[in-house]
Amino acid sequence: MGIDYIIATIIKIVIVMLVFSALAGFGTYFERKILAFMQRRLGPMSVGPYGILQIMADGIKLFTKEDIIPTSAVDKIFKIAPIITASTAFMAAATIPFWPDFTIFGYRVQPIITDSSVGLLYVIGVMAIGLFGVLLGGMASSNKYSLISAARSSAVFLSYEVITGLALLAPIMLVGSLSLVNFNAYQVGGISNWLVWKQPMAFILFWIAAFAETGRTPFHLIANDHEIIDGFGTEYSGMRWGLFFIGEYANMFFISFVIVLVFMGGFGDGSVLSALAFLGKVAFFFFFFLWTRAAWPDVRPDQLMWLCWKVLMPLAVINIVITGFVVMF
Amino acid sequence: MSIEQFKNRNISDDYYLVDIDDYPTTNLGKFTRAIKRTFKAELLVGLWVVMREMLKFNIHTVQYPKEKLPIGPRYRAVHEMKRLWESGTERCIGCGLCEKICISDCIRMDTKIDEESRKEVSEYSINLGRCIFCGYCAEVCPELAITHGGRYENASEQRAHFIMYDDMLTPMDMLKAGAQKEFEGFGAITPHEDESVKKTPLSY
Repeated sequence: MGIDYIIATIIKIVIVMLVFSALAGFGTYFERKILAFMQRRLGPMSVGPYGILQIMADGIKLFTKEDIIPTSAVDKIFKIAPIITASTAFMAAATIPFWPDFTIFGYRVQPIITDSSVGLLYVIGVMAIGLFGVLLGGMASSNKYSLISAARSSAVFLSYEVITGLALLAPIMLVGSLSLVNFNAYQVGGISNWLVWKQPMAFILFWIAAFAETGRTPFHLIANDHEIIDGFGTEYSGMRWGLFFIGEYANMFFISFVIVLVFMGGFGDGSVLSALAFLGKVAFFFFFFLWTRAAWPDVRPDQLMWLCWKVLMPLAVINIVITGFVVMF
Repeated sequence: MSIEQFKNRNISDDYYLVDIDDYPTTNLGKFTRAIKRTFKAELLVGLWVVMREMLKFNIHTVQYPKEKLPIGPRYRAVHEMKRLWESGTERCIGCGLCEKICISDCIRMDTKIDEESRKEVSEYSINLGRCIFCGYCAEVCPELAITHGGRYENASEQRAHFIMYDDMLTPMDMLKAGAQKEFEGFGAITPHEDESVKKTPLSY
């Protein structure tokens, strides 16, 4: 491990951090615009042409707002909670390849921070740690709505971790590796080689679980505005609240990357065309998060638990058993 | 008319009640309902509807400070004091009816006898902070002097700005340009009223 490897890794980390922080900002703009168009509104229009500079205005607002910490809050935990959410969201990006390998100035660049042999397990594990941001933030706020939200989030995240893990187990058995690069290599050779055709059940289960993991609309009960205000974010202001937001949007992007890499063929053979198709597929899955928010109602917590333990988990187990038999014989 | 007909408030006859199934009580019933709902793909209908609206791009937003919706001529916003078309003097004769009828007690006026021994309004104020814009003052005014205008953007830094008589009075240059608008709300003259006027029975 030479010095050049360390420098290259640091550069990659900085690029991923910058690109996805910016994308999280743009994600809010896209979300507001797409939701507006689906509801026959215009969305942000005042700041810049078609409101494109709205994220700058939002950023200035978040950075300059007073950072209020309630007197009865447990201030150390209260302060650290949003950092947990945002940092775990970005840490999950470490084993995700964002582009096929390419050569620049004679260097062979792997656009992945580290191609670990436990890549997928690492992504799922680190995303699961994101629970602690929400849980600790909600409990430290000394606000009853935040507390409800913390309880709900721990229930949802813990339950749907099971679904995520079991759903991914079947593809892992087929591929025989946890590295996302190997997943991509397994599916090289056109649409018919995609894992979604071999594992349609795992794909749907993982997709459903992705909504719960990111707390997006059908499962948005963690921070349901109409019943528990903003949930764990109620007492937060300024940039600490912004960190929760960046974490949520970064999570949406990274889970979209994971879905595409695991089930939808990833970046294929590594040509520029298939790499662009890769980004297109990721964009579709990100768009789907916004699309469902405009279309679908939220479910109650008990319905969510029913769906997890009585429907999705048995299906995931059956899927694993069938896959196991197919792999064996 | 029978009571059933009287109770029927439907506009047309093609109303029908939505058929709602009873809630299943047995476990098998609950299971079949869950299966039915899963494969009915009603969620896709919702997705299709919002996507259709996005692709149609039939936007209904009015970008308010830049665009404004037209308001009706009878809209009751901030009051206007009118002038006589010919002479340009104020129409108000100081009768005090508006002050008397005002239910939120926001109109105050002071009158005096001027040098031609005519009654003249020396002070007139409407406290728009109290006014509920009911329109009684415009309705009761015998001279069509106080009316409602269409200026509904009335934010201000001070309460005193809400009672400025000069702001309500039609400016002279506007009157000369013929831009003073008559109010069409309560108390206004009905259009084409001349044609319906008949001689009083006393004339014969």
